[in-house]
Amino acid sequence: MEMKATRDAFGEALRELGREKRKVVVLSGDLEDSTRAEYFKKEFPERFFNLGIAEQDILGTAVGLSLDGLIPFACSFAVFLTNRAYGILRISICYNKRNVKVIGSHAGLTVGEDGATAQCLEDFAITRVLPNIIVLSPVDAVETKKAAKAIAELCGPVYMRLGRGPYPVITKESDPFIIGKANLMREGDDVALIATGLMVSEALKAAKILSDEGISSRVINIHTIKPIDEETIIDAAKETGAIVTAEEHQIHGGLGSAVAEVLVKNEPVPMEMVAVQDTFGESGAPEELLRKYHLKAVDIVNAAKDVIKRKRG
Amino acid sequence: MTLTPAKLDELKETARHLRIDVLKMLTLAGSGHTGGSLSAVDIITALYFHKMRHDPQNPRWDERDRFILSKGHGGPALYAALSKAGYFDRRHLWQLRQAGGILQGHPFSRSTPGLECTSGSLGQGLSIANGIALACKLTKKSCQIYVLLGDGEIQEGQVWEAAMSAAHHKLDNICAIVDNNGLQIDGSVDGIKSLNPIAPRWRAFGWETREIDGHDLKQIIQALDPADKVKGKPQMIVAHTIKGKGVSFMEGKVGYHGVAPTREELKRALPELGASIEAESLL
Ligand SMILES: Cc1ncc(C[n+]2csc(CCOP(=O)(O)OP(=O)(O)O)c2C)c(N)n1
Repeated sequence: MEMKATRDAFGEALRELGREKRKVVVLSGDLEDSTRAEYFKKEFPERFFNLGIAEQDILGTAVGLSLDGLIPFACSFAVFLTNRAYGILRISICYNKRNVKVIGSHAGLTVGEDGATAQCLEDFAITRVLPNIIVLSPVDAVETKKAAKAIAELCGPVYMRLGRGPYPVITKESDPFIIGKANLMREGDDVALIATGLMVSEALKAAKILSDEGISSRVINIHTIKPIDEETIIDAAKETGAIVTAEEHQIHGGLGSAVAEVLVKNEPVPMEMVAVQDTFGESGAPEELLRKYHLKAVDIVNAAKDVIKRKRG
Repeated sequence: MTLTPAKLDELKETARHLRIDVLKMLTLAGSGHTGGSLSAVDIITALYFHKMRHDPQNPRWDERDRFILSKGHGGPALYAALSKAGYFDRRHLWQLRQAGGILQGHPFSRSTPGLECTSGSLGQGLSIANGIALACKLTKKSCQIYVLLGDGEIQEGQVWEAAMSAAHHKLDNICAIVDNNGLQIDGSVDGIKSLNPIAPRWRAFGWETREIDGHDLKQIIQALDPADKVKGKPQMIVAHTIKGKGVSFMEGKVGYHGVAPTREELKRALPELGASIEAESLL
């Protein structure tokens, strides 16, 4: 299977956007190589601003650039943009409804060896709670490109999460990408596996294992954490009667919580959440960490079996 | 504490050993920040092995002086010093950045004995130091609080917020040191967003300043001494350093910021520090 980092795909998309839209400008904070923002810089140095290690300054300057009609993309690590500059994100960007694209790379445990300070596991929770923002978490490199293009077309605040390491490429150029509309990856009716980002490929692996044991599972890719696709989630609950969510994020406040909010209101069914269990990460190889923190296909399989036992009637 | 020639020689030896350990740790880890660890070694040596009052047998001793590594990516230099000082066994050094180990990629105080604070997101250390300094004043402790910042790091706005707080509150128990190696990740600090001249800026913010050669242990120690004496003002020492100091092919090279030495590079580096790969049995 082809593997490619979503940050690499984003860097390429940003360069294309630079060619297509003269209004696109890029800001970075001493991480232009890691975020791949340098692909854009190489072609459009005059539209690129490295503001140094100052995430608050970066988002503030982006707001000013958007006030003048430009389309700023602010690129750094997810953890620094969402954590360090949260006050600016909240007030100057979201409250103000500024057209600023906040691109957080190196999210999740799979940052690996840099350890807990760099592993952003709470970005969904703290961004999706803010009014006016769209929160995206593309599943692979192909989808990342589509997402980058789509957010440049719309006017308003966006937070997009990207990963450091290569993700399996599981979507095609021809697959649809509509913000707020989840994608069905596999049909099934005993249980629905609702996942985002890297965890969608784990969910697909889990579905194979389950099918060998006679359990039919539906796999849904949630690339838009906010606004969440309520209809697809409610249909899955009605048609399968059991839900498992999977994300490379804290158990509280992320995809699992967002899905639970929809279900509790509309179609309460038994549910299990595969996520980091309210603890910080640590240094280690990405694969090793995914295993240690129970974010592998086998963990989704176990969660699916547990939730099926709790199904009604 | 007086600095005898014998003590000075001993400190130089210590710094040499710390550099060897830093290189070995990073090579074994296979990732990490080499350049900024090496540039900070002499400053950390002077603090932990001469200047600071601390007790490895009693890491939480109330009256200890404190050291905050605000540029958390320089952790390997601090880890090597803490281990040599006796806070934990040397074998932990070889598990840097490994799952289950006590030495995280960036300092995490709850996992490593002797670490005062967690760092890694740059720009936060001075605020934390200010809080400790205020607490020490309130409880009438005579501890000194030392903070090591990167020169790139002081682009972070929060540093200047903290600079204002320290001066406003007359935190003369604070001694900040800038590891002024002139480089950050993407290039030179001057090329990305210059902070020069550094010392007058801090003076304008109400700080007492000094400029020294950050690899001359005698100068470092002399500069640290008046830190106890200046009254009513926080002190900033601008230490001119070389990123990658001690290994000729790493010195002043921006490319060695966040890259660990390969085994081949380690083999070439060790003799420059008076060691050899053969003597370093672990490898
Ligand atoms: C808030 C924050 N932004 C970005 C980074 C990524 N980063 C790690 S080290 C570094 C460069 C630091 O340069 P400097 O302070 O000069 O340190 P030194 O050259 O001494 O290593 C950057 C940008 C970070 N750790 N924290």
